[in-house]
Amino acid sequence: MKKIGLIGAGKMGISHLSILGAHPDVDVVGVADTSTIVTDVLKRHTSFDVYSDYVQLISEKKPDAVFVSVPTKYHEPIVEHLLDRHINVFVEKPFSLNAINGKKLVQDTKQKKIYNQVGYHNKFIGTFMEAKRIVDSGSLGTLQYFTGNMNGPVVTKRKEQTWRSKPEEGGGCLMDYAAHLIDLINHIIAPITSVHGADLLSFYSESVEDAVSCILETQNGIHGNINVNWSDETFRKMSTSLTILGSKGKMTVDSTELKVYFREANAFGNYSKGWNVKHINELSPHVDFYLRGEEYSLQIDHFIKVLEGKLPNNINTFETALQTDLVIQQIKNHKTY
Amino acid sequence: MNRILFGDNQFFGVNHVSDEKARQQSMRFKDDFSILNTINYAITEGCNTFMCTTHDRMLNIANLIRNDSEKYDDFDIYPCLPYAHKYANAVTELGIMGTIKQYVPGNFIGSLFKGGYALVSKDHVKMMELMIDAELKMFRGLSTPVIFLQNVITDLLLGLGMKDLLKAFDDYIRKKYGAEPGYITMNMPKLVDVLASQGIHRPIVCSSINHEGFRMSGGIDLYEKTLKSGRVRAIGDKMIE
Repeated sequence: MKKIGLIGAGKMGISHLSILGAHPDVDVVGVADTSTIVTDVLKRHTSFDVYSDYVQLISEKKPDAVFVSVPTKYHEPIVEHLLDRHINVFVEKPFSLNAINGKKLVQDTKQKKIYNQVGYHNKFIGTFMEAKRIVDSGSLGTLQYFTGNMNGPVVTKRKEQTWRSKPEEGGGCLMDYAAHLIDLINHIIAPITSVHGADLLSFYSESVEDAVSCILETQNGIHGNINVNWSDETFRKMSTSLTILGSKGKMTVDSTELKVYFREANAFGNYSKGWNVKHINELSPHVDFYLRGEEYSLQIDHFIKVLEGKLPNNINTFETALQTDLVIQQIKNHKTY
Repeated sequence: MNRILFGDNQFFGVNHVSDEKARQQSMRFKDDFSILNTINYAITEGCNTFMCTTHDRMLNIANLIRNDSEKYDDFDIYPCLPYAHKYANAVTELGIMGTIKQYVPGNFIGSLFKGGYALVSKDHVKMMELMIDAELKMFRGLSTPVIFLQNVITDLLLGLGMKDLLKAFDDYIRKKYGAEPGYITMNMPKLVDVLASQGIHRPIVCSSINHEGFRMSGGIDLYEKTLKSGRVRAIGDKMIE
């Protein structure tokens, strides 16, 4: 049984808390949030110990690990506080707003041998997991090009400001949406190292971008582009898709479907020559408790197994999340709006 | 309860195994009459119950049904609330307070101006009741014998251990609407146990039931055991071939 604390019970935090609350190997030792609306609800209707100050939670409960799901600008001081006390950390994405500070946190985890994970949950979606296996097998041949799309209906008219509309706090389509797609490309294809061009466009938001369009290149020389827009109401919810072309085939994958075309027979597993279509119900691992999507439970299961020493700490580490932050920084440097 | 319930996912661009198909369907059903015609077709086939989300577009469909009340005399609607994406997007955009301001109905905002905010904001059950009323307003005058709590909320409350709020939902649906509360969940065996602990026995529960074990959390064996126990009035969803 691992003693887990949680800091920040907002939209992602409350989802993590529910999954942790149902997890058989987890004892939730405390929850901290600065909002009295949130702490009132938790105090009155749950059995969790609730704190308004995370420092007090940490010093009183001495958790094995802490989930940090606060606005991005608070990640660095809170994570630093935890690492100083040798506490393992799961932090929401994006990892850091400042690559220099991010690098220091990565070095700290390595020196102190602290387990760490970042909430890029797409890597735990069955279709994207299969896409990674196909790319890693080499069955698409030499990779030639990729194109990624991400759309959703977050900001579809001018409205009240929140932290998501402030660039200095980690708001904007680039940090909130595109970070997922960049991280997924880094994971499935190869880390992106060059940004050859980027457009950041604002339609409704005053101080952040609502859409991002970039030309990218990975460390092994594969070129591609991404188009991301969080102001597109034709999408009911966040939707992410990636197409990869290779010398021996082509694959298009999203969170529900994987479509792959192989030019030759026996290219990969039980897939045949020509088009193959698989759906999430065939590809997703089962979970013990489900909320919003298997991936949210699977990423937490993975982190708990890392804490228990049952799995290596090699998915969504601070180090891979920092690579994503560095790409975001390069894209910002191309800012044109 | 009818043996077959007609659902609404295809009308509103929801498909659990294909986003692409979902988008095609949302184009096909963009017109309210295309939805109503399909409902009418289901009725002629003997399917008299429509289980639907409290999606904004249901307001028009409910109006069309209300305006032709004789034709829909035997027709039941099983509302499923809330339409969660509406709130999730609002929290992202407006924050928690902004969402409460936008969606909790007039009397709440009234009490805000009267300085009663602190009181109301601490009475979470009352706030939930106001939101249930707001979500169900569109079905006023129609037959809604079963009212469901959507899985994202059922399962959120389940994981957080907010058993008292599940019980409060149950009580309010029975008392205010004279209807049977129902629960949609991806964690059926666990939910049945927790509801029983609150004195809610043989609940109406809609959950995935399929040979693959897809979204049957806890596993097929536990589902079979719970179904055979007779402790649940089960509705099967996601019966994928």
